[in-house]
Amino acid sequence: MGEYIVEMHGITKRFPGVLALNDVQFKLRPGTVHSLMGENGAGKSTLMKILAGVYVLDEGQITIEGVPTSITSPRDGLVHGISMIHQELAFIPELTAAENIFLNRELRNKVGLVSKKHMVEETQKVFDRWNININPASRMKDLSVAQAQMVEIAKAIAFGSKIIIMDEPTSAITEREVARLHDMIRQLRAAGTAIIYITHKMDEVFAISDEITVFRDGTWVATEPASKMDRNSLISLMVGRELTQLFPKSEAKIGEVILEVEHLNRGNHVKDVSFSVRRGEILGFAGLMGSGRTEVLETVFGIHAAESGTIKVNGKEVKIREPHQAIAAGLGLLTEDRKKTGIMGVLSVRDNMSVAALPKFTIGGFLRKRLIEKECEDQRQSLALKTPSLNQLIQNLSGGNQQKVLLSRWLLTDPDILIIDEPTRGIDVGAKSEIHRLMSELAKQGKAIIMVSSEMPEILGMSDRVVVMCDGRLVGEISRADATQENIMELATRFSEEIAVA
Amino acid sequence: MSNQPPTTTSLQVITKGIDWAAFVRKYMIIGILILFVIALAILTGGNSVQPVNLVNVIRQVSAIGIIGVGMTFVIITLGIDLSVGSILGLSAVVAASLVQIPTGSLVKFAGIDLPVIVGILAGLGVGALAGFVNGLLISRFRLAPFIATLGMMSIARGFAYIYTGDGRPFSNLKPEYNYLGQGYLFNDPNTPLSGIPLPVVLFIGVAIIATVLLGYTKFGRYVYAIGGNETAARVSGISIPKITLIIYTMSGLLAGLAGILWSARTGSGNSTLGQGIELDAITATIIGGTSFKGGIGSIWGTVVGALLIGVINNGLDLLGVSPFWQIVVKGGIIILAIIIDERKNAKKA
Ligand SMILES: Nc1ncnc2c1ncn2[C@@H]1O[C@H](COP(=O)(O)OP(=O)(O)OP(=O)(O)O)[C@@H](O)[C@H]1O
Ligand SMILES: [Mg+2]
Repeated sequence: MGEYIVEMHGITKRFPGVLALNDVQFKLRPGTVHSLMGENGAGKSTLMKILAGVYVLDEGQITIEGVPTSITSPRDGLVHGISMIHQELAFIPELTAAENIFLNRELRNKVGLVSKKHMVEETQKVFDRWNININPASRMKDLSVAQAQMVEIAKAIAFGSKIIIMDEPTSAITEREVARLHDMIRQLRAAGTAIIYITHKMDEVFAISDEITVFRDGTWVATEPASKMDRNSLISLMVGRELTQLFPKSEAKIGEVILEVEHLNRGNHVKDVSFSVRRGEILGFAGLMGSGRTEVLETVFGIHAAESGTIKVNGKEVKIREPHQAIAAGLGLLTEDRKKTGIMGVLSVRDNMSVAALPKFTIGGFLRKRLIEKECEDQRQSLALKTPSLNQLIQNLSGGNQQKVLLSRWLLTDPDILIIDEPTRGIDVGAKSEIHRLMSELAKQGKAIIMVSSEMPEILGMSDRVVVMCDGRLVGEISRADATQENIMELATRFSEEIAVA
Repeated sequence: MSNQPPTTTSLQVITKGIDWAAFVRKYMIIGILILFVIALAILTGGNSVQPVNLVNVIRQVSAIGIIGVGMTFVIITLGIDLSVGSILGLSAVVAASLVQIPTGSLVKFAGIDLPVIVGILAGLGVGALAGFVNGLLISRFRLAPFIATLGMMSIARGFAYIYTGDGRPFSNLKPEYNYLGQGYLFNDPNTPLSGIPLPVVLFIGVAIIATVLLGYTKFGRYVYAIGGNETAARVSGISIPKITLIIYTMSGLLAGLAGILWSARTGSGNSTLGQGIELDAITATIIGGTSFKGGIGSIWGTVVGALLIGVINNGLDLLGVSPFWQIVVKGGIIILAIIIDERKNAKKA
């Protein structure tokens, strides 16, 4: 066995209309954490899916522990000790954690029947050893994203994977959970496991990686020890240019109040919440995950029914019980969970983009196809969307590009009040500053923007005013001038001392 | 190891041209239809491709096709409508009872002479009403489509039996009514059986309207969106209950239309009419490329699917295969179609 546990050479992968990977290389040393960086659609997930056997390469060689190996199915991947935790977690929601771990490798009793008891016991052992605090008998659908991820990792460890691929594992979990994940990664590394780590979060890369490989547009750009790179050099390798300003917030004229929410209530997640937002203003919603930020805004938008409370738009009270009423009142909401409430996978990019704005795009119920084409094409160019055509199925786009399509969906409705829940989740640095610039631009046009974000720099960099939630309540409001990481965090954790901040 | 970034910006190469694999997958069904037609032509010594026989085949599948069109909308939204056969039967008896020649024997409404259009509208209305109830059960009472329409399947059939009372079909229908099922468009009076049978004309009309609805209207986009991801569709401002109601009402209405055509063709309204046709319509829809996973489907696919079923049935008839075997073959076809659908989707995931 040589220096590397995995060597990939000359890898090329084509999809209809797309050259996803063009003659790329990737080498992984055992017992290290190797980060894979690149813009949305650079080919990171594709390369990893090839290694895990989800896709089959068109050209190139894979060598594992010095032996040329062909990997043509996920089974092959597992046989060679490769596990992948996918960008869009894939598990069967009705199964228990234990059943998920032993999926296709069920433990059986003497009679040959699947033994749930045995599987739960074995899972408990793994969980105990790795300090995972989850009941093996709980159903996957009842777990949080972070917990589900832990189960997927446990699954990889339980079967002695030597190589674990994590594709954007931290895009939907809290900082504390990130810290927990990183601890686990370090333990695994110490035990000799090689980890491939994909993220768009710069601070994480430098916190965890030994080596960094950068891709751009399906080509390999560089592989370097992490210690030899810094944030700026990494970004310029990824984007191919210097990024001047990370948060291009420009001053907008703040106008009259456009949305007022008063005494909104819904179950445990929304307790007597009141706030307002003005034209030209970007209002940041900060708080820990689970503090009720998403629930408040989804209730305002009519996704969930409010138990009580009033909503006024332009000073007039509006009844919002369904999203279409919210849209009619001039609201738009880019939801948090891309897969569950965002994309329509088997539909085209065009259909996904235009769906919310269709009432605008029709005459007497008939589609104005040329207008739709033009508006979608404009969006595609202004957001630098990477897709061979608007006919492409959205499920074939990279995660970050899917997010851009969903943003376009709401931009096309031209809302007065745009609510964005985690605007830059899974979006690369370049596109991130593009989206931030766009938010500034919209504010300048006199629109109100409400932004939920778990990224502190984003909250601090973009908000004119920050409201902080904790445990279903709105616990404080801080102006842009006064907002700091510390005072926001203090408010966010005020009710529950036990929720330590990472 | 070099760490110089490439000097020229390597733009992602967008290869031009058509995705042939997808193309073949999409239009395979037409190839299969042509293959079957040719094979049967050879096996039957050319009998099967006589114009009269071909027209006959299309006429036979027009009911399946009309219902299949409604089923396409339903299945694209991840639904199913099992009640279409029963609704067909109910509409047929209601319509027939109102267009009997009032002076004949065994007349439901003896002595009452209504214009034929009343019978037709009543038949369509009953179908639409039953479909509307399906839609209500699904959208307001949140029943699974399978359950709601299974219930309606039994209810509508029950009403059809009750309505006929002694179970004897309503016959002796007015000729204007029968003309709907037996007449021809572009008929040359000198050549009998020339022209296009009216059921076929209506089938084509329905298919064209549905194609426009599905492909060129907001409603059509909404149908696909709901099938693609219902939650996302709702968040995007689509009223799911409204669209659901329209779709199931339409499916019922089309089943009613099929019932009228069928009773007009046979000259009698029989309460057992349309039994099992839901399976044929579902089969036509699925082999036509509509996916049980939702969000995918086309009207032309369903039309070709219906023709394929017709050609196979007709071929087996001409070859003298027993009708019992034909039922077995039909079952096999639907299973095969679903396996292909699963495969297609597995590839994409
Ligand atoms: N199944 C597929 N069919 C067609 N094109 C695909 C498919 N999977 C990926 N692609 C294309 O290949 C390219 C690389 O995608 P990939 O998912 O690897 O990007 P990524 O680097 O992981 O991006 P992100 O950071 O947004 O997740 C993209 O242009 C994408 O649209
Ligand atoms: Mg990716």
